[in-house]
Amino acid sequence: MAELRAPDECGVPDPMPFMHPTLRENYGKWVFHSHPKPGVLYHRAENGAEVWTVKFGTARQLDGYTIRLLCDLADKHADGHMRFTARSNVEFMLTAESKIEPLIKDLNSHGFPVGGTANSVTMISHTQGFLHCDIPGTDASGVVKALMDELHEEFIKCEMPNRVKISTSCCEINCGGQADIAVIMQHTKPPKINHDLVANVCERPTVVARCPVAAIRPALVNGKPSLEVDEKKCICCGACFPPCPPMAINDPEHSKIAIWVGGKNSNARSKPTFHKLVAAGLPNNLPRWPEVGAVVKKILTVYKADAQPWERMADWIDRIGWPRFFEKTGLPFTKYHIDDWRGSRTTLNASTHIRF
Amino acid sequence: MAKKLHDTPMLDQLESGPWPSFVTGLKREAAKKDIMVDLLGQLETSYETKKGYWKGGTVGVFGYGGGVIPRFTELKDENENPLFPDAAEFHTLRIQPPAGMHYDTATLRKFADIWDKYGSGLIGLHGQSGDIMMQGCSTANVQPAWEEINAMGFDMGGAGPALRTSMSCVGAARCEMSCYDEARALRTIINANIDDMHRPALPYKFKFKFSGCPNDCVNSIQRSDMATIGTWRDNIQVNEQLARDYLKGHGMDKLVNDVISKCPTRAITLRNKADAISGDSISTVAVDDQHVIQIENHDCVRCMHCLNVMPGALLPGKDKGVTILVGGKSVLKIGATMGTVVIPFMKLESEEDFEKLNELSRNIIDFFAENALEHERTGEMIERIGLVNFLEGLDLDIDPNMVNHPRANPYVRMDGWDEEVEKANERKAAA
Ligand code: HEM
Ligand code: HEM
Ligand code: SF4
Ligand code: SF4
Ligand code: SF4
Ligand code: SF4
Repeated sequence: MAELRAPDECGVPDPMPFMHPTLRENYGKWVFHSHPKPGVLYHRAENGAEVWTVKFGTARQLDGYTIRLLCDLADKHADGHMRFTARSNVEFMLTAESKIEPLIKDLNSHGFPVGGTANSVTMISHTQGFLHCDIPGTDASGVVKALMDELHEEFIKCEMPNRVKISTSCCEINCGGQADIAVIMQHTKPPKINHDLVANVCERPTVVARCPVAAIRPALVNGKPSLEVDEKKCICCGACFPPCPPMAINDPEHSKIAIWVGGKNSNARSKPTFHKLVAAGLPNNLPRWPEVGAVVKKILTVYKADAQPWERMADWIDRIGWPRFFEKTGLPFTKYHIDDWRGSRTTLNASTHIRF
Repeated sequence: MAKKLHDTPMLDQLESGPWPSFVTGLKREAAKKDIMVDLLGQLETSYETKKGYWKGGTVGVFGYGGGVIPRFTELKDENENPLFPDAAEFHTLRIQPPAGMHYDTATLRKFADIWDKYGSGLIGLHGQSGDIMMQGCSTANVQPAWEEINAMGFDMGGAGPALRTSMSCVGAARCEMSCYDEARALRTIINANIDDMHRPALPYKFKFKFSGCPNDCVNSIQRSDMATIGTWRDNIQVNEQLARDYLKGHGMDKLVNDVISKCPTRAITLRNKADAISGDSISTVAVDDQHVIQIENHDCVRCMHCLNVMPGALLPGKDKGVTILVGGKSVLKIGATMGTVVIPFMKLESEEDFEKLNELSRNIIDFFAENALEHERTGEMIERIGLVNFLEGLDLDIDPNMVNHPRANPYVRMDGWDEEVEKANERKAAA
């Protein structure tokens, strides 16, 4: 073991050596941008320097062949540089307008969709799923692939009222984050406890402490230390599962998919908002989740037709009101849409502001 | 050449359609590597049974306590032998990218080569926290792979109860909205506290994120314990040529409906030139020979909307700085929380400014380390102890910008009122 090398704690690399030279030279000096066409951005710096950015989608999980292909394309078209967005889109920076079309042609011929800028439905921010998480109720990459196949046209055109950010999450922890439309696993039955395993592997106090509604108690089962769940109290959140794998929460039939809308991170117009529940009980129907795709598309169709330019999903609903959202989308409003968690009174309508 | 592929009828259905297919990518690697053949086998099983089959464990690199996500298969036969032995260990190395996720092709090729040699060949670009995710490595290969990655000048990211990998927006590199040097702020803070990333010893995770303006393109308010967001104190800057171009291109109805009437605080007014008002806090720009738009900057909340709709015609002011919000996090355990303002404005230009930001973040991490319960995020801790206790612990001044409105209930003991008034007067005098 003598050869083990002590790590060089170099931290976050300086981006400058990696950055496209035009971006580096004009760092902090940009004054204007425009959106010549879907997938293309134009930026101008104060000294007149110009750069065109071509943005395109990837599968995020990239194999060696794809990474090398991206490198070949960047060497050929974009001076050997690229950057990634937080949503796994790739951006190539070009120094002349004439380079745009040859690049787009090349990208499309290799199957990379160009788009994702401005008022498009951009790439879905996604999680780990079956590929790498130890607690997933469903897959991540597969859901994203299936949905992006459905939404491809909306990625490559920019026809939405404003940008649409979608996320998916394979458990209620919601690694995918807040979004205009969020597709999230929702368990509907309490965990089935594997008592034999609890005795062996479980740090019981940790699990008891993890439950948001104090539904878990230590208990003796068949003479062995284990846990029991008060199933009346349990909200099926799955929080006990990561620290205690015997708390089997994932259920092929009863783990369902819920859809939430109106999350917004930006401060533009309204303050940031959390997404709100609109649909649930959708089946976890691998490998293409058609029921989920249908609801997402329905919501997008209504939003596209009804929202004013620059209204994000949340702004639009703020204008038309929730009753009309449910009316227009045809989604049923149920008792589960009325919050009863802490702070829920602020979500009730304490006024006579009612639209007819 | 690798061994024969398992049948994957479910996954095969994800190879069709216009969006790039991760399955096709996995299969390309499987043609070369047994680890990928078996990974596809396990993934197909998950698709059939709707169950995950990974469990965690302990795998790391010499000298660090975190950054590797260990994954061992739980799909085993009755004799405890893995059904897919070549993917029985499928660990991930989280690697921190350059701030802003800029790359040259030589670097990416090197990553691909290293991962061909030691791993599955599959690299996630990037995780939700911003890591380069080098996925699919055996326990034995973790250390040598890491040493080659580290020799390239790249460092391990965060996992567990630790400082996590950070993200900044494209910002100054290519965006006119940028109000500070995001990459510098990110590197200043993360690199000064790197010990808390590599040796997890905090109550729970701690995330910093950096957005150059209130568009908050890296979702810092909702997804980070401390959000640093660019803003400005003085008047919105204007460019008459671009304002006129906007009107020519879009027309008066768009100017009214898309820009003016969507300002959340009604800070923008369209006036005849002759009726234009003047004042220190007014930004004025002509949109044609007859009309000006005027912004009352005291009413503007720096929401970015009008700047977004009229790019270049309206730009952030010159007196730039940042707003700091603390306490954003996702669902577990009290429900999602957003960060809230703890510093409404601070400059972030000089060496000393960055040092001040650095000190603030260190103090916040220290306060979190000392006061949070196990597995409690900063936002939950603040909810438990109250914002005022948090501010006092950090010696930060209170400010009305920290609330939506003053308290609406009388359930508070207020016998310290006179002293508090005195403090308020002192703060006012010092400002
Ligand atoms: C030239 C640079 C950029 C400009 C001018 C820009 C502009 C904007 C605008 C106008 C918004 C939305 C505001 C609204 O709700 O109306 C926004 C939101 C957003 N941008 Fe950017 N952006 C830029 C670069 C980026 C980049 C590079 C990324 C990703 C890496 C990004 C990610 C996002 C995200 C995730 C949001 C949504 C936040 C939300 O959900 O509300 N932006 N940006
Ligand atoms: C135990 C298995 C878990 C796995 C494998 C896992 C995996 C991941 C991964 C890979 C990411 C993206 C990380 C990156 O970008 O580098 C992520 C993000 C995230 N995880 Fe987990 N996670 C797990 C458990 C949890 C738990 C227990 C929580 C919360 C209590 C959690 C909350 C989150 C959140 C909120 C994010 C989004 C990060 C952000 O705000 O950007 N995860 N997770
Ligand atoms: S959302 Fe849940 S299941 Fe999916 S990656 Fe995150 S922690 Fe794992
Ligand atoms: S699923 Fe959630 S509510 Fe139910 S016992 Fe587990 S932690 Fe408690
Ligand atoms: S947060 Fe602001 S400065 Fe940063 S990329 Fe987005 S719009 Fe530009
Ligand atoms: S940036 Fe200011 S003036 Fe412009 S729309 Fe937002 S609040 Fe109104």
